Amino acid sequence: MIFLQLFVGFLRAGLLGYGGGPSAIPLVQKEAVEKYKWMTDDEFGDMLAIANALPGPIATKMAGYIGYRKAGWLGVLVAEIATVIPTVLLMMILLLTLSSFENKPWVRGMTHAVVPVVGVMLATMTWQFFSKSQKELGWVKSMAFVAGSFLLIQVLNIHPAIVITVTLVFVLVWPVRSEKSEIVEQGRKAQ
Amino acid sequence: MNLITLWHDFLAFFIPGILGYGGGPSSIPLVENEVVGHYHWMDVPEFSKVLALGNALPGPIATKMAGYIGYVVAGVPGLVVGLIASVVPSLILMIVLGNLLYRYKDSPKIKRLTVLIRPIIAVLLGVMAYSFFKDAYESAGWLQPLAIAVVSFVLLEKLKIHPAFVVVAALGYGAIFMAS
Repeated sequence: MIFLQLFVGFLRAGLLGYGGGPSAIPLVQKEAVEKYKWMTDDEFGDMLAIANALPGPIATKMAGYIGYRKAGWLGVLVAEIATVIPTVLLMMILLLTLSSFENKPWVRGMTHAVVPVVGVMLATMTWQFFSKSQKELGWVKSMAFVAGSFLLIQVLNIHPAIVITVTLVFVLVWPVRSEKSEIVEQGRKAQ
Repeated sequence: MNLITLWHDFLAFFIPGILGYGGGPSSIPLVENEVVGHYHWMDVPEFSKVLALGNALPGPIATKMAGYIGYVVAGVPGLVVGLIASVVPSLILMIVLGNLLYRYKDSPKIKRLTVLIRPIIAVLLGVMAYSFFKDAYESAGWLQPLAIAVVSFVLLEKLKIHPAFVVVAALGYGAIFMAS
């Protein structure tokens, strides 16, 4: 029942993501990685990187890509409908009937209360990515990479899309050490 | 129904979609430029009202704007065209690139890419987390947001409660105790 899972997963992420598509990232991760195991943490990280490097809304890019991976073009359609349609309809109904819904104190209160929750979810994901990176690269290298990308993105205000694209091109062009030399090296270590 | 209007509807959401990096919220100024500045479908107060309501509701913001404004401009066909224009172009790029990456996921280069891109994503997520906390502080002070953050951290990470319940609980709390 992959279609039902896709629909329910992205419906939940769409209906609970306050603050636009980016706030749905941790919710999509919960559904895709932890609940339904559609992809691994690594694959999710790669997907997020490409999604960030490409223009356009982020929630629909994630939904479409995951839908395609799991169930082809019909999966794309189901995941996109679940992400987009319910909230668009809600918006139309409210705008065409109630005129000052957004100014109701309780609506503003709801929005205020959910913002710190999204903050916690994003901070937790930040930590997961960082601790994984630290395991792979070690403290020094991972700190250097984090500091470097922080400097580029936040201090020098270089667009993240550029940072990601340059990294991507660099990795794909720079030669990987051949297997032969790795074997030689392993042999050396073993001695 | 006017085909020219639908074509304009398409362009008005296609252009912000392919120029807006960083997700839907970053494309909002571009949408305003098309809808208010270029095609004059709405004036600034009308657009602000739609944006305010869009922000008060859950879900991706770009598609809520495209769907609603498309509907205002050209009815249900306008809604469909607006949604397609904002979703499909970037989605096709995403699927093509994503699949390329997936096909070669066992190659050493892609493995290295995963490792090197991870710190960048950590920084991006960290910056987003910070902006959410900053937003919370600016709109509701530090006491309640901090309490909500601590409680939701314990619920999500220590007690492993699904985010759906935590978000719904926060919404309920906000509606009752943070109404202002």
